[in-house]
Amino acid sequence: MLFKPVQLHIPDGFLSTPVSIVGWVLLVAAVAYALRQTRGQLGDKQIPLMGVLAAFIFAAQAINFPVAGGTSGHLLGGALAAIIMGPWAAVLIMTSVIAIQALIFQDGGLLVMGWNILNMGVLTAFTGYFVYALMRRLLGEGRNSLLAAGAVGAWLSVMVGAIATAIQLAVSGTSPLGIALPAMAGVHALIGLGEAIITVGALAFIYATRRDLLGIGEAAPGKASAGWVGVGLAIALVVAAFSFAASPDPDGLERVAEDTGFLERALDPVYNLFPDYTLPFISDPLISGILAVVLGTLIVFGATFLIARVQGRKAETS
Amino acid sequence: MHHTIEVRDLQFNYPDGHAALRGVALSVAPGEKVALVGPNGAGKSTLMLHLNGILQAGAGEVIVCGLPIRRETLGKVRAAVGLVFQDPDDQLFSPTVFEDVAFGPLHMGLPEAEVRERVERALAAVGMSAYAQRVSHHLSVGEKKRIAIATVLSMDPDILVLDEPSAGLDPRARRGLIQLLRDLPQTMLVSTHDLRLVGEVFPRTVVMDQGRVVADGPTAQVLADAALLDAHGLEVY
Amino acid sequence: MMHIDLADHYRRGSSRLHTLDPRVKVLATLLFIFVATILPPGAWLSYALLFGATLAAAWGSRLGVTYALRRSFVALPFALAAITLPFTVRGEPLTQIAGLTVSVEGALRFVSVMVKSWVSVQAAILMAVTTAFPDLLWALRELRVPRPLVSIISFMYRYLFVLADESLRLQRARAARSAEGADPRRSGGGLVWRGQVAGGMVGNLALRAFERSERIYNAMLARGFQGELKTLASPVMTDTDRYALAGWVTFLAMTALIGFVFA
Repeated sequence: MLFKPVQLHIPDGFLSTPVSIVGWVLLVAAVAYALRQTRGQLGDKQIPLMGVLAAFIFAAQAINFPVAGGTSGHLLGGALAAIIMGPWAAVLIMTSVIAIQALIFQDGGLLVMGWNILNMGVLTAFTGYFVYALMRRLLGEGRNSLLAAGAVGAWLSVMVGAIATAIQLAVSGTSPLGIALPAMAGVHALIGLGEAIITVGALAFIYATRRDLLGIGEAAPGKASAGWVGVGLAIALVVAAFSFAASPDPDGLERVAEDTGFLERALDPVYNLFPDYTLPFISDPLISGILAVVLGTLIVFGATFLIARVQGRKAETS
Repeated sequence: MHHTIEVRDLQFNYPDGHAALRGVALSVAPGEKVALVGPNGAGKSTLMLHLNGILQAGAGEVIVCGLPIRRETLGKVRAAVGLVFQDPDDQLFSPTVFEDVAFGPLHMGLPEAEVRERVERALAAVGMSAYAQRVSHHLSVGEKKRIAIATVLSMDPDILVLDEPSAGLDPRARRGLIQLLRDLPQTMLVSTHDLRLVGEVFPRTVVMDQGRVVADGPTAQVLADAALLDAHGLEVY
Repeated sequence: MMHIDLADHYRRGSSRLHTLDPRVKVLATLLFIFVATILPPGAWLSYALLFGATLAAAWGSRLGVTYALRRSFVALPFALAAITLPFTVRGEPLTQIAGLTVSVEGALRFVSVMVKSWVSVQAAILMAVTTAFPDLLWALRELRVPRPLVSIISFMYRYLFVLADESLRLQRARAARSAEGADPRRSGGGLVWRGQVAGGMVGNLALRAFERSERIYNAMLARGFQGELKTLASPVMTDTDRYALAGWVTFLAMTALIGFVFA
């Protein structure tokens, strides 16, 4: 029986040692905080509930639907877990899932597990949760608002995870950002649609059968995450800037293009397809790519920061 | 004339090595209602999962309505054979009853009007017309079992294969199920531990034990053979 | 009866590798992967030493020298991520593929990444195949992974089979009703509909998981649970374990040294 979850699992050897270590440091901090937060949230139910839900996410990743020509859509589940249980609980759930995938199935490496969990479990959970919360605030109560917010949150969560992965590969010198970013972002823009559809289907089912369960996520601790969001923002900016400076061959693309003109021509349509990733007035695709990442990150985190703020104020006045 | 179900020397081992079927031979003619009995672990459920291609034979062959079961014929086989699992919770996976019953016809690509009509007919056939907008999750076991049958009826199968339909039912629900099984026109293969049900509804009984068919004949004869029943862990209550 | 086989990763045995203290195995594997990662590109002798070590370990596990080798091709699909290296890294031209120049440096870097990844996967496989998962978790806890997290993973592992089974049955139920109509080309339903059905199945599974966790919680309360999972007494590290670890660390240190000195 083969389980094939969404393929963002980086194997060992693809990230450099310093990058891997940074990932572990960040992960340890995130998990420690998540444990504290969920203890407060759930009490001694924490362990059985998180454990079973982790098993659920793992089993749910196996439920696919045929898309086209032999490929199929899958769930990654970070956004869904966060919407249902709150972002911190989702962090623990996804940590367990990805840890077991690496330890038992060698899906994803051991040294790079820090970033794998951050990409697929922390960034997805927080992006999904805060986009969802933001949209709920904008669209109001009701089923349609729930589903729309879930769809956008799920899609963006996959995008953020994919972009982060591309950045890590670039900083490690494994893939130039100019190729990794459009490739990962492009592919996952489609995969994210699958995530969105399945997440919406799941939310619709839970809404119809046990609406009360959705309340757990809404009451979950999240305003304290404002600080975390700020840290995340700072890291994203540092990484984005660092990736430009540290990329061992910032003009690697140029050299190839010089050589043959082939790659440049091949990449042109890629950049036309994803205008979101290049700012038209900057001619160097690499620089504009990084700027786009930075801008995009700023927007996502800025929005989530605002939400955390509003949530905090709301909790105080209620 | 071909038999509706034709199983020839079917063998199957589970991945862990357990030999579940050791050469099963069975023929079911159109319109027949056949009961499949035997102790737990005899291989009844395993056999049933072969009848619509969910499990692939290790050796031997399964032919339904003249179609040998292969990857290419799975779509048609599943239109012809309606399989109802033992646990209705495993069968109902949509938010509402309507959507669950509509799944089959929708997957077959039928136009919306026909899908609706089939759902209504299927629900009526099991006496659950009023339940269309209910949430499957909240129904009782008996109700769920009926809906599960409806989800398969809406596909207009030639053959119904039911795995322990009366398990877990209270006497009233059981009585209703017996009535339903009598009324449905399809060819039927039903596994059960309920030998009184067998006596009431099924003219023919097949006994399985340890992955093989050990008896196959008129129900009255099989159920009267005390030594046979005893040897294979069966009891008429 | 109708279970899927998730337990394939562990093979029972009594080889020297099996009986090593799990803490030693975890540390040894992590250190191995660390050294593999930190080696510079093109350190062929060191790579060969690491590869030899995995073969030796496989032999010591009595599962066959090539056991880990055969199972290690899991990581291959991700090779795509590094495939640009031969073309984008500056250096002497090596050859031309499809009009693009492959540099020596680039090819070297690419092969290095693949080799490192490959030996790391083999090490991870050997650790998993010779260590029962509960022992692995125990080792993690001893190595200071927070107890609540280890308990969560332990719970997850216990219920993995149960929920994976339920997932499988939901998929079978869907398969059983996935028939072809008169016109095969119109069968299958629309894309969004198919996704919604899959989503509904996921929601269904979520519900079952929730309700199951409530039942589990009650069962645990009934047996005196107070928030933390307690386990039985654990194995003591023997001298053999210590020597094995010391020897392994020495070997890795030398391999690393060779890699950096002779790069």
